[in-house]
Amino acid sequence: MRSVIDILDLTESEIDSLITVSDDIISNPAKYARKCAGKKLATLFFEPSTRTRMSFEAAMYELGGNVISMTDAASSSAAKGESVADTVRTVSCYADIIAMRHPKEGAALVAAKNALVPVINAGDGGHCHPTQTLADLLTIHREKGGFDNLTVGLCGDLKFGRTVHSLINALARNKNVRFVLISPEELKLPSYVKDASLKSKGIPYEQTTDLEKVIPSLDILYMTRVQRERFFNEEDYLRLKDSYILTPEKLKNAKEDLCVMHPLPRVNEISVEVDRDKRACYFKQVFNGKIMRMALMLKLLQEDSK
Amino acid sequence: MNIDSIRNGIVIDHITAGSGMRLYELLGLDSLDVSVAIIKNVTSKKMGKKDIIKIDADIPVDLNVIGYVDPSATVNYIKDGKLYEKRNIEMPETLVNVIKCKNPRCITSCEQELDHVFCLTDREHKVYRCVYCETKA
Repeated sequence: MRSVIDILDLTESEIDSLITVSDDIISNPAKYARKCAGKKLATLFFEPSTRTRMSFEAAMYELGGNVISMTDAASSSAAKGESVADTVRTVSCYADIIAMRHPKEGAALVAAKNALVPVINAGDGGHCHPTQTLADLLTIHREKGGFDNLTVGLCGDLKFGRTVHSLINALARNKNVRFVLISPEELKLPSYVKDASLKSKGIPYEQTTDLEKVIPSLDILYMTRVQRERFFNEEDYLRLKDSYILTPEKLKNAKEDLCVMHPLPRVNEISVEVDRDKRACYFKQVFNGKIMRMALMLKLLQEDSK
Repeated sequence: MNIDSIRNGIVIDHITAGSGMRLYELLGLDSLDVSVAIIKNVTSKKMGKKDIIKIDADIPVDLNVIGYVDPSATVNYIKDGKLYEKRNIEMPETLVNVIKCKNPRCITSCEQELDHVFCLTDREHKVYRCVYCETKA
């Protein structure tokens, strides 16, 4: 039985293979319409999410399977004090695979250690969000034709932004990738990510607070939202939330083939005028996320049945 | 200053000066009903200054805890007033329930009965990280 908690739980060749399957799903959806017939996905969401949960559910339905859900932790046994371990042991008896989101970092690892079926981490606090990273990788691959020789700008909340941490971990395995880390001082990339993923591997990176200065050098610009729910202090959130807003003006100096990405939901960090720019790829990411979740669930369920 | 020799017990020697008290606490020696001496800032030819802990009882001590606090320490087992075994200490790869994760967002802050597990991620800089949230110890 295999779970995916961190993007690094998947090897490079497994990610390549998931991309190949995803491309095939996009080209031949009918071929996959019954692949998970008779299988059940349980979505356990201990914190609010519509996008990720619906993406997992749509993915399972498109594979011909069924879905059971716990969508509101407040009305579940978790509110009565049940542990994550007990919850997943119980749900393992009802479902063939679990997708779980939890506000506490490391909750998905606890789930994977206790579940009797594969667990997919759908976000554990500010820690990891591997399926968003798979969506990001598929988007980059389809837009850029691969992962090598890219200058990747990551902008906004790099401290609590779990999608950023996972994406750096995944892209740092490729050749000649360079990172430009754009954030306010207070939301800089944590040292553990820098140490483990960049410094120790000799991957070049630059840290800056100035988006406009670096935008001409970028092949990818990955914008993130400053997340209210990650702050203990409302004042800090209000002070930092509008640090970066991407507008058509700022995009004037960017490359013609820049790929603008965002894990969504956005608040105001990308103005709606940018949506009409051909470089805006964030809604393609949403579509690609569903496709990658189909490919991943298919892989884990196939491995589990062996 | 003189501290009596022990007949049966353990002497943890060559502790980096200043680390003795932390080691005493993490080894849980404060909860034992035996004589324990912490000697601080002892003059040492090799180290300049060092701390020593003497435990006047043959009790099991967790070498992983000693390796985590101070891998340069040595553990001497004394029987009938004589040294019968000396052990050098290494940094352990994993620490279980020795220290607690300080991150309030970590699952260990709320999940019942969950072991606090840390892994050595950087031997050169002696960095341990929580296996759940990757926060530095």
